Amino acid sequence: MNKPAWNKDYQAPSGWDTMFFGASNGVGILPTPNSGFRTFHPVVDQDACIHCNLCWIYCPEGCIEKETGKMVVDMDYCKGCGICANECPRKCISMVKDGEQDE
Amino acid sequence: MSKKAFLSANEAAAHGVRLCRPDVVAAYPITPQTTLVEKLADFLADGEADFRYMMVESEHSAMAAALGASMMGARTFTASSSQGLLYMCEMLSYVSGARHPVVMVDANRATATPWNIYGDQRDVFAMRDSGWIMLFAENGQEALDMVIQAYKLAEDPEVMTPVMVNLDGFTLTHTYDLVEIPEQEEVDAFLPPFKTSNKLDLEDPKTLCQTVGPDFHMEGRYLQQQAFEKAKEKIAAYDREYGEMTGRSYGGMIEEYRCEDAELVLVTTGSVSGTTRIVVDCLREEGKKVGMIRVRSYRPFPKEYFDSIKDRFAAMGVIDRSLSFGLEGTLYSEVKAELYGGSAKLVNFIVGLGGRDIPKDLIAMMYDKLDRMQKNEAEEEVQFLGMRW
Repeated sequence: MNKPAWNKDYQAPSGWDTMFFGASNGVGILPTPNSGFRTFHPVVDQDACIHCNLCWIYCPEGCIEKETGKMVVDMDYCKGCGICANECPRKCISMVKDGEQDE
Repeated sequence: MSKKAFLSANEAAAHGVRLCRPDVVAAYPITPQTTLVEKLADFLADGEADFRYMMVESEHSAMAAALGASMMGARTFTASSSQGLLYMCEMLSYVSGARHPVVMVDANRATATPWNIYGDQRDVFAMRDSGWIMLFAENGQEALDMVIQAYKLAEDPEVMTPVMVNLDGFTLTHTYDLVEIPEQEEVDAFLPPFKTSNKLDLEDPKTLCQTVGPDFHMEGRYLQQQAFEKAKEKIAAYDREYGEMTGRSYGGMIEEYRCEDAELVLVTTGSVSGTTRIVVDCLREEGKKVGMIRVRSYRPFPKEYFDSIKDRFAAMGVIDRSLSFGLEGTLYSEVKAELYGGSAKLVNFIVGLGGRDIPKDLIAMMYDKLDRMQKNEAEEEVQFLGMRW
């Protein structure tokens, strides 16, 4: 995945001396997870999954990784739209309210 | 040795741009700006200038291209007018917010509709809060000099704000006058090559035009305001420095003309100042204590100056070639706000909309009205002068 990872060490400007100029800033910075408005997140039943990759194809955020042999959702980017769960032919993706199960 | 040439203000401004050695010009033609960008094309074709001329499909693209070029660290120029400027509107705040020192000329022209290609200043005043420094030239010579000073000002590290040089459509842009053209070496000494770290750079990569939410947005706007405050000193300082070099100094954000012992003054912008100057001279010969205050810089606004003259004159009239419908002339509102609490009697003259001529007798009539106001005779606060009926 070529998305910047959430940089937990990122220091936001703390005063006028570190305030960015105009509208320019460093590159490759994800200062906060890009999923702040998510309410539900997908949980994949990896045992039932047949790796058809439809969720990977349909995810509008492109935040599902399949390289590890499991379908893994990048929760720093997932907006919780539920399209993956809707498209899954085996119905092995469930949408769970944030905070109720591992994200 | 500088040389003299018979030039329109558009051509004079083009010479100013040429002497600043721009890297990129991106422009879309529109009357009455066209002869300016044509002249730049001539310079390029004749080998008198060396820049990349980007022919774009619209004014919006012209300003977007200027932004992109400036983001590469290029000294960039564009020009437009009226509907073209309005079409650029969206990109104006991109350029200023991202702090890229693009310089443009606006050939001031009425805005549609009814369609009208002639001069007034409603186009620039509609862009008031775009975050651009806005300067007004009185004649072709000042147009040339102002473009050169505009780059110096825009690219100043403490300013880094785009500058719009305003030339009254036709009255200046298409009117010929004797103009002194500085030597390249002089301008090179005044204006060093543009250097900035606020650019795309493979060695020091950056995100440009990023999103900034409520957490840091206000701080950026505060810094823009600080830059405008800095620009106030710099406009005067660079005017002096340029004056030492060329012998031509215009007086910074404001020029006073025969105001020393004046009681009645008119506040002007742009080309109407030339006519007003002549009327002031005539009335002075008759012994009338009249003067003129010419606003050269509209943004930043010469707030401190107007604050300082609250009680200096008996009556003041503001000439507006613009109008904020439902209120009054745009310049008048701001001058009046700064003079709040002062003793001067105030009046607003709306004239010259859509290219209507502003003859000397009309200016003389304004001084006559100021004279009556000084004698406590009633005058309407906002007056349209030079109307057919």
